This record gives sequence, C-alpha cells and structure tokens, in this order.
Amino acid sequence: MSTSKIVRPYGDTTGDGMVQVSFTLPVPHDKRAEGAAIQLANRMGIDPALLVHAKQMGDGFTFFMVYGRVNHLVDLSAVQVVERDFPLLSAKEVNAVVKRRLRRKLSVVGACIGTDAHTVGIDAILNVKGIAGEKGLEYYRELSVANLGAQVSVPELVEAARVARADAVLVSQVVTQRDAHLHNTREMSAAFREAMPAGRRPLLIVGGPRFDEKQAAELGVDRIFGRGTTPGEVASYLVHALITNKKAKA
Amino acid sequence: MSEGSGRAGGAGPAVGGVPGKLDLDPALVARARELARRAGRPVVELACSHTTVSVERAVLRLAGVTGADPDGIPWVNRLVDAVVADVGLGHGVAVPVFEALAREQLTDVTLLAQKAAAGSVRFEQPTGKAATVARRAARRAVAAGVRRIDRRRVERDRLVRRYGDPKQRPWIYLIVATGDIYEDIPQAQAAARAGADVIAVIRSTGQSLLDYVPEGATREGFAGTYATQENFRLMRAALDESSRELGRYVRLTNYASGLCMPEMATLAGLERLDMMLNDSMYGILFRDINPIRTFVDQRFSRQVHARAGIVINTGEDNYLTTADAVDEAHTVTVSQLLNEYFAHEAGLADWQLGLGHAFEINPDVPESFRLELAHALLARELFPEAPLKWMPPTKHMTGDVFRGNLLDGFFNLVGTMTGQGILLVGMMTEAVVTPWLSDRDIALQNVRYVLGAAGGLHEDFVPAPGGFIQQRAHRVLGEAVELLERIGDQSLLTAIAEGTFGIMKRPADRGKGLDGVARHESDYYNPATEILERPSA
Repeated sequence: MSTSKIVRPYGDTTGDGMVQVSFTLPVPHDKRAEGAAIQLANRMGIDPALLVHAKQMGDGFTFFMVYGRVNHLVDLSAVQVVERDFPLLSAKEVNAVVKRRLRRKLSVVGACIGTDAHTVGIDAILNVKGIAGEKGLEYYRELSVANLGAQVSVPELVEAARVARADAVLVSQVVTQRDAHLHNTREMSAAFREAMPAGRRPLLIVGGPRFDEKQAAELGVDRIFGRGTTPGEVASYLVHALITNKKAKA
Repeated sequence: MSEGSGRAGGAGPAVGGVPGKLDLDPALVARARELARRAGRPVVELACSHTTVSVERAVLRLAGVTGADPDGIPWVNRLVDAVVADVGLGHGVAVPVFEALAREQLTDVTLLAQKAAAGSVRFEQPTGKAATVARRAARRAVAAGVRRIDRRRVERDRLVRRYGDPKQRPWIYLIVATGDIYEDIPQAQAAARAGADVIAVIRSTGQSLLDYVPEGATREGFAGTYATQENFRLMRAALDESSRELGRYVRLTNYASGLCMPEMATLAGLERLDMMLNDSMYGILFRDINPIRTFVDQRFSRQVHARAGIVINTGEDNYLTTADAVDEAHTVTVSQLLNEYFAHEAGLADWQLGLGHAFEINPDVPESFRLELAHALLARELFPEAPLKWMPPTKHMTGDVFRGNLLDGFFNLVGTMTGQGILLVGMMTEAVVTPWLSDRDIALQNVRYVLGAAGGLHEDFVPAPGGFIQQRAHRVLGEAVELLERIGDQSLLTAIAEGTFGIMKRPADRGKGLDGVARHESDYYNPATEILERPSA
C-alpha cells in the first residue's frame, strides 16, 4: 500500500481498479441484453467491462455479473462522514455497563402519543422481535421497558414515567399531518419540563421517519432518531447519555 | 393419530427418514412427552374455562358476519363490543346475538351488527325457552360456516389429487412480502414457477398487535402485506392458476398469530389456505401478548385448523434468534413437545404439525455443522410423523452475501440429510434487503443444487454409534427432560412468567389483550367449539 491519498479498487495488482458488480435488467436474455449490461457497466465507469455471467430469470428478467476496471479515483482526504457522537455497543456491552455503573435496571418508558396509532416504530425499537435482525430493548437484561402502546395522552405518559422512575422516555411519531409530530413533541417536552425539575427529568427521545435529527433543541428533547434507526443505536445512546458521558462530565 | 382421510402420499410430506439413527432411549422420550402433557394440562384447563373477544369474533364470522364500517372496523368487532357493553363477554356472544336477531325479526347478522353499532339494539342474556331457541339458531348459523370450511378442505383434497404434491422432500417454502397484494401475486407466481412449493405472504409489521382483522385488498404495508380475507382469496386464486400451469399443487401460508389468532384461522379455513404459522408461545414471548389470551386464542385457532386440514408451522426458530443456539437447544425441544401436546389436544393430527427449528448456531463454533445435524436429527426422530419446518440462518447472516450463500448451502444440506418436511429458503441477503428477484433465484438455485446432488444422502448418513452426533442429541434430550421436570414442579404459566423461554418474563396478569379475556359464566355457550369438539355430532 502506498501512502497516497488517492486510491483505486484492488483486484490483484495495485492500481488495477478492478470491481465486480451484479444486477438484474428487466429484459429477456439475448445478445442485446448482454450488450445492455455492458452499456450499463460502462456508464458506471467500468471500462473495459467483462460480462462473466448472464442468466434469465422467469420471462422477462436477466441477471448479470460483470467484472471490470473502474476508471474512478477515490480521494481519501475528501471523504466526509457524519460521525455518530457515541460508540455503538452490543447488547452484552450495554448490559455490562448498566450493571456495573448504574447498579440497577435502566428504566425506559415508550409510547406513541397523540392520535398516532402507528406503533410500528416504537415496537421495532422496544419489542423483543426488534427490527433488521436486531432485538428490541426488551431483550436487554439490564433495561426495564414499559411500552405503553398507541394513542397515549401526554399526562398519561408523564405519570407512567413518574411511576416507572423512567431514566428515558421514548416517543414515536409517524403521522405528520399538519405537523402533528412537531406539535405533539413540543407538548410532550413542555409537560415534562413542567412536571419535573431539571435534574429529575428523564432523557427525552423522539423518533420517526419525518423528523429532522438536528431539531432536538428546538423541540425541547434530548435526541431525535430518524428513519432506519435500530434498537442497538438507541440502547448505545442511552448508555452514552445516561451513564458513560454523564460520569465523564461530573 | 392421523385422520388423513385417504390422502395419497399424506397431506404433509411423507417421512422417509429411517428411525433409530440416534439410538434414543424410548423410555426417556415417553417421559419427555408425559412431562409436556403435565406442564400443558393446566394451560388447557385455563383455555377451556375462558373466552376472548377474538374467539367470539371468530364465532360471528362463522355465523356469517362480514364486512367493515366506513372507518374499516369490522362489523364483528362492532357487534362483539356492543354485546360486551350490555351483557359482558363471559356468556359468549352467540346467544345474546341470536336472541336479539329473533327479537328484531332480522335474518342477516351483519345487519344486526350495523344496527347494534348505531345503538338501536340492546342485548340481553336470555334464560329458559328463549335461550334454547337462541342456542339452536346460533348453532345452525355457525354450522353453516363450518360446512363452508369443510367444503374448502374437500376442494383442496381434490386439487392435490389432480395436480399432485411436490416430487421432492423437503417442500420448498418461499416468502413474498411487498406490502401490495397486487405486487405479491406476480412475485408469488414467479416463485412457484421457479420451484417454490409453498408461498408464504409475510404480514405487515405490527399486524399481530391489531385487535381486528383489516378488510379488503390492501396495497400498502410495512415490510409485509396485511392479512385480510380478500388478500387470502386473491392469492389463493392466483396460486390455483399456477398449480394448473405447473401440474403441482402450490400451497399458501399465512399467520395465525397475534391478537386475532382465532379469526385468522377461520378466514384461512374459509379461503383454503394450506398452512398457518401458529405457535403456542410466540405471541407471549415476542409480542408481549397476555399469556391467557394467547392460550385461549391458540386452542380455538388450532381446533379450526384441525377441521380445515391446515398444516400449522410453529415458531421455535425464534428462540434461537434471542438465545444461544447451542446452550439453549433444549428449549427448542421443550417447546416442540409442548406445541405437539397442545396441537394434539386441539385435534390436530401428526401430519399437520410443522414443528419449527432452525440452523442458527454460530458458524465460528467448532463442529457447528455436526451440532446442527444432531439437533435436526433429534427433532426428526422425536416427531417421526410430523412434517418439520426447517428454518434458515438469520442471526449469523452478516451482510456478507457470499458467506451467506455458503451457509445457506450447508443449511440445505442438513435439511435433506435429516429428512425435514418443509424447508424455508434462506436468502443470502437476509438482514440486508427484502429479497430481490435475483436473490430469490440464487437461493432457489442453491436449494436445487443441494437437493439434486445430495437428495438421497440421508440413506447413507448413519451417525457412528456413541459418536459426536448421537452424544449431542442425547444430551439435548436430557436437558429438555430436566427443564420439563422443573416446569412440572411449578406450571407452565409460572415458567413463562419467570423467563424460562427466550429469557422474556411474561406474567399471566400482564401483556396486551388482557382486557379482551373473560372467564366463562355458568351459561357460556360457543356453538363453534361444540361443533369442532364433536365433529360427528
């Protein structure tokens, strides 16, 4: 490997630029289809493109595998990534940190508030079933989870959080008609501010596909999670915000 | 035992595995079954003395209530809610409904539901002559519904005779799930053409927690398609077309799980579905549904499946996605034994028991393949007449599709070497995307290669006496018996409450759907149960 900031894909020789791709085109398999696959590969920057496999599937589809040299360069110094500001932990690690540092169960209360009946999001994060192969927070031994379900009123949520001595409250909002998700979130955060002093207030987290993750402060919550968030990310954040980072600051 | 009613080749895949490869101790196997019976018995008693809103709604569906109000809430829900508001749930809704039907001089129960929803009908629990008359009318209406299920079963038998069962075993089971029934249909037909014997339409995320069954053809779901009667009908009709085209009866699967198990089972019977996911504990453990609700709903739904000739698929594979597949292998065996007990009690025959298990051992564990063989063979030998449902790796699919494809190949190999009845096709893109057309094609190619290259290997595969595989199987069975002994001392509900299965603690007085459960009053009447428990009466 050179120290250059410019790299190319590696097949078997430095700088050869070789890649493999596979894809399906909605055409039956014939010479023309193979030409179409090469054309696509060329446009993707693969030139020369070596069509190594083509197979018809059903009536009107063909699957292709292409190897070839890609003419693009990658400038490592120009790579931009949005860094997660907390480390991603496994369930085992989350449990270990809670057990060792908090020395009690970390209490989480979740709900869909307002008229929103879409529990898909909160269930994906909380139910053991989870999402995308990851188990939900109920699965974590050291978390104590209460999922209040759908159409929970804000006062009910505050009361449930008080009873459960919640360390964190998770609210899911899918419906966005007339910005209901924003109104509901503001109402919720205001109610918690009113009901509990700053030091005793649980961590407030909202999630949903239409939130802007940068809006947390404006909505009065501690964190917003957008589309595609997994339970593991939420659990890692809880540990970060309530235990590891808290202690560092203290 | 089997009442397979003269099915050529059996409705479940025939079992060809030579028994006795593991040299299991018959006394220990008998003890395991006896312990499962002891653990399950109190639960059955509980199920026999309670009803649920979903059981009652299923009764009304059999009695002919159809459709939904303009908000999409089914009339069965509106009617049950109205009856419960007036007389409670504990008498069963059949008698109050049919008493009101006579009093209002109506013949259509759906019309009665509409009136009840508008608040223009009051319900009461009649006594004496009026009660007898209402019972008789309810029984007549429900019997007509059960006869419709019977006719669909006869129809299936006829189509299976005409088009035939798959030539190979295991049957190849493939999932489609676009969210849109009209997209699902061409995908399912393409899958059948490519070799799938069983099509499962996976449900929209969260449907299991809806306390009603949505209505009509649906075009949007989250990571799956809503299970509705109309979607069932559309897909079954499409697969009948495929069966005709392919000269092989293509089966259809959906899910009797969640809060509406009894209704799903009823609709599946009415629309001639062929298999249904139906686990005794899945809803409790993975969806936090109240244990009593689940066991009551489960028993009724299985009675309907038994009548409809539907093969159930149980969900033991799920335990292994939360717990370690080596350390907790015996919990799968225990659950299979419990599922078998509950299924037999509800009237299901062995050929209807697609007991589940899965290839979920971490591939980095030394000898993981031999361990998988031992576990799969243990299930095969414990349940020789059951068409076991063999589930592919999910937990250790990392996104590396090349490694995933190899793992799926080994999964397929275990499936054929141990004579599994139903093989759910593993996708190399598990945990990456919902399967693409090409993923499915590659996955089926994998299955075809393995079954083609090694389809008869089970004949030669005889584990060495006292060797690794036999020892492992004995150990798992031993641990299963120990666990059943521990459960026996406390009861299954306590075991579930204390987190014995899949580590979730689920107390009997908690969980979703508890408010839809009622203890039977002394005059409880359910014509469906009466008919299903005495088929000849």
